[in-house]
Amino acid sequence: MATEILMPALSPTMTEGKLARWLKKEGDAVNSGDVLAEIETDKATMEVEAIEEGILGRILTAEGTEGVAVNTPIAILVEEGEAVPDNIDTPKSAASAEALPVAQPVASAPVSAPVSAPVEEEKDWGETQEITVREALRDALAAELQRDPDVFLMGEEVAQYQGAYKISQGLLQEFGEKRVIDMPIAEHGFTGMAVGAALTGLKPVVEFMTMNFSMQAIDHIINSAAKTLYMSGGQMGCPIVFRGPNGPASRVGAQHSQCYGSWYAHVPGLKVVVPWSSADAKGLLRAAIRDPNPVVVLENEILYGRKFPCPIDEDFIVPIGKAKIERTGSDVTIVAFSIAVTTALDAAAELAKQGIEAEVINLRSLRPLDTDTIVESVKKTSRLVTVEEGWPFAGIGAEVAMQIIEHAFDWLDAPPARVTGVDVPMPFAANLEKLALPQPEDVVKAALGLM
Amino acid sequence: MGTNAKQVGKAGNNGPSLTRDQFLKAYYDMLLIRRFEEKAGQLYGMGLIGGFCHLYIGQEAVVVGIQMSLKDGDKLITSYRDHGQMLVAGMTPRGVMAELTGRSTGYSHGKGGSMHMFSREKNFYGGHGIVGAQVSLGIGLAFANKYRDTDEVSVAYFGDGAANQGQVYESFNLAALLKLPCIFVIENNRYGMGTAVERASASHELYKNGEPWGIPGKRVDGMDVAAVYAAAEEAVKHCREGKGPYLLEMMTYRYRGHSMSDPAKYRTRDEVDEVRKTRDPIEHVKHILLDSGVTEAELKTMETEIKGIVNDSAEFAQTSPEPDPAELYTDVVLEA
Repeated sequence: MATEILMPALSPTMTEGKLARWLKKEGDAVNSGDVLAEIETDKATMEVEAIEEGILGRILTAEGTEGVAVNTPIAILVEEGEAVPDNIDTPKSAASAEALPVAQPVASAPVSAPVSAPVEEEKDWGETQEITVREALRDALAAELQRDPDVFLMGEEVAQYQGAYKISQGLLQEFGEKRVIDMPIAEHGFTGMAVGAALTGLKPVVEFMTMNFSMQAIDHIINSAAKTLYMSGGQMGCPIVFRGPNGPASRVGAQHSQCYGSWYAHVPGLKVVVPWSSADAKGLLRAAIRDPNPVVVLENEILYGRKFPCPIDEDFIVPIGKAKIERTGSDVTIVAFSIAVTTALDAAAELAKQGIEAEVINLRSLRPLDTDTIVESVKKTSRLVTVEEGWPFAGIGAEVAMQIIEHAFDWLDAPPARVTGVDVPMPFAANLEKLALPQPEDVVKAALGLM
Repeated sequence: MGTNAKQVGKAGNNGPSLTRDQFLKAYYDMLLIRRFEEKAGQLYGMGLIGGFCHLYIGQEAVVVGIQMSLKDGDKLITSYRDHGQMLVAGMTPRGVMAELTGRSTGYSHGKGGSMHMFSREKNFYGGHGIVGAQVSLGIGLAFANKYRDTDEVSVAYFGDGAANQGQVYESFNLAALLKLPCIFVIENNRYGMGTAVERASASHELYKNGEPWGIPGKRVDGMDVAAVYAAAEEAVKHCREGKGPYLLEMMTYRYRGHSMSDPAKYRTRDEVDEVRKTRDPIEHVKHILLDSGVTEAELKTMETEIKGIVNDSAEFAQTSPEPDPAELYTDVVLEA
């Protein structure tokens, strides 16, 4: 049977080209893979290969022809002994154009739909005990290592050294070297390894000595871990935790002092949690390890040694995606996460002295963001201040403010205000470092500005 | 190191050869890949496949020879030039072709495309569009084999271009350090996109690149399926016995461009033709089969069957519906 050879598109954007040269002539035998002709576009010269075997029965487009539309028949291939049919002797325009799928904009899609997730009310866990954030994280790791043999901890200095920040103290002794594994200083490689293991269903907890070093591995966190579920049509989940101290510590300079909240919260397919208290740390890390998705846990080095009350209930867990109101108030809503919650609470105490009652929301999760809790609060207070140590541009405060503009604009009595780290690399000098970070007085000033 | 066509696949390999039935199967599997890829190229030319599309034509003996050494449970991972791997892994031509055309019946429901396809059932872990990423992920698959105390192995395929990525060497170190059952297969088709291997790598013997970590390496004629099989048998045995990773450098050649939009300015047509004429992996096996008494008619029957399968996959890929618009929002995260 005769087959038409069509003008091929050899790039995603090619619509037409020049038929530069025929390398076979009418009557030539053609094998699959033979180069039949050369075509030229403004970008390149390319070859047209035969995909069937047969005899080149007729050339429909002479060499040198410019502007040949993609899918135009350029020649007819016949089988040996077969006559060239008469009914196809002139080039015709591409017939399949209308059959080509055209991307339709999805106008009705809610932009923020995947971000906000309703979560059930948090239960009362009863009796608490004062422990440090460090102990809370250690307890969470121990509990989950105990609970599920597929969970293991890996990272630099997590085993024999007992953790660069002593988060994994005693875990090697308790769980052995199969479950608590020291890694060489090779974040890119070992993060890829962990993601590969997670794709098979294991549940790695990857400790970055600080989240700054996760930039060496960010390709695997985003391209390999966050996207594979989607790219596989739901076949391959990636139950993995990436954790470590995030944000400025103290006097460690620009390369070790930045917040990755905005970076990771930007990515669909990731969850991002930002514990402040010991209860946050323990409950959120346990939830992160049990979650079937990749979860980034942004801890804070300065908080590691701070004590907070933490429920002693063995089953204690904090749901991902649920913010916590740390202080109720009716005059202004202050939204913060991680160590900035301390800053916000200090500011609220100062504001109270001036007769202003601030409501302080500890976000606890950045993705999904608990928009409902913030919106409800702002509907009550009509004023919003966000506080974070990260940079202002495209930061978490920007997102929170936009959520409020979308969902509670009519309740606002003043434009939302942001208190953030200053838009510069972190300086080393003590005085400059302090100036670069949000202080309680900055929050007080921002709140007063809205009154 | 040579770059002329005569040296493609030149390597001495003595090992187990193939039986006639194995050669028949190899011929079938290689021909299926070639015809499938030719059809994919055709659909691309018709505008039915969009975006990137990297064809495997010329390299068929590599995946077919290696697959013959593997067993159920062994895991595969590769780059974006992944159609051949998927077919030998047992994924259906229909499902693969339908993913190429972005249809709901594709392996990723049309959300992955040529470079991002997976099959949990067939232990195929992708299809990765970031050059070299599959090597680190691949040692993770091997890590899981070991963690679960199985004797399963993982095969991480990558090209001579990816062999220059830093994470490949981090992965060599980790695999050797942790004694992971991972077979690294460098498919040296002599060009990383348009850059010849000796213009990109100061190491011209890529199979030796694991030596600092004590990873045994072997250069293999990747156009000779029996040689590939023999080398794979040795590598697989090494890994199954718990001796750690193994590196195979397959000297192969891709006939087509890097992707569909390749200007082909970096090599001559004579070079391509020379390899096609003298080193074609399918023709090579065809001659062995004919010499062993298989008739032209038998091979023709096989070819007709393959053509039918490929045409059916193309028909399926063109007639299947596009994904439902609701699919846009599914598979982003799993319910906790």
